[in-house]
Amino acid sequence: MRAKVEVFLKPGVLDVQGKAIEGALHGLGFDDVAEVRVGKTIAFELGDEHPDRAEDRVRAMCERLLANMVIEGYRVSLEPA
Amino acid sequence: MKSAVVVFPGANCDRDCAVAIERSTGSKAEMVWHAETALPEGLDLIVLPGGFSYGDYLRCGAMAAQSPVMREVAAAAERGVAVVGICNGFQVLCEAGMLPGALLRNAALKYVCKPIALEITNGQTRFTAAYGDRRDAVMTIGNGEGNFFADEATLDRLEGEGQVVFRYQENPNGSARDIAGIVNAKGNVLGLMPHPDRAFQTELGSADGALVFQSVAASV
Repeated sequence: MRAKVEVFLKPGVLDVQGKAIEGALHGLGFDDVAEVRVGKTIAFELGDEHPDRAEDRVRAMCERLLANMVIEGYRVSLEPA
Repeated sequence: MKSAVVVFPGANCDRDCAVAIERSTGSKAEMVWHAETALPEGLDLIVLPGGFSYGDYLRCGAMAAQSPVMREVAAAAERGVAVVGICNGFQVLCEAGMLPGALLRNAALKYVCKPIALEITNGQTRFTAAYGDRRDAVMTIGNGEGNFFADEATLDRLEGEGQVVFRYQENPNGSARDIAGIVNAKGNVLGLMPHPDRAFQTELGSADGALVFQSVAASV
């Protein structure tokens, strides 16, 4: 099983990097760009197990370490290795 | 007073903290490596120093918060031992869940390094009692991610319970409600972005930080 975790700042938490990138894209003429958010992707392999259990475990990893739940949200996707 | 400074790989203010404690209070601090599973006996003060523990990987303070010694630091805090997290140490305390909130990237995306005027919002804590009637202090800040964030309810609670200890007179990084330092509900864990360890004698531009360590020493 391969897991991919995407971590983003929560809506409402100012993403200053996103704002800076948005300004730069506007400077390049991409005027319609809005709401730029910068996140990170963490990918890893897991042992073989039922996808439901794998998802529970990856969520636990997110809440205990991979994301800071005070400021961040996460999205988990799983696929067979 | 018996004190210890935790040394994380990538920390760069551990020695500064040890010198600051010794010069401020006359007692020598022990250095404790992050992989230790026990702390020295009978500690009164534990300092988590500034720097870039674990290279700020994942998030500032996130990896250090998982290091073996932090279980012992949390247990010591439970027993009432004074804990001070300075700069990266503040980030570690938030990541470890020992203080509420989190430190975000500075609003202007800049690393800010300069002496800064603070307001002492609570002079009744065991970290500020030595300031007496003084309500201002100058210490140096040096951070790129010192922008304190917590939800509105948490901020209201922190203010209502007197847990906001230091505020910036001029906000350098976008911190919510100008917060520069907070204590936990029990009052024995302090996290602050300004460096008392860089302000312990007048030759450094300010000796105001020494009062933080002297307050703790007077409380034991």
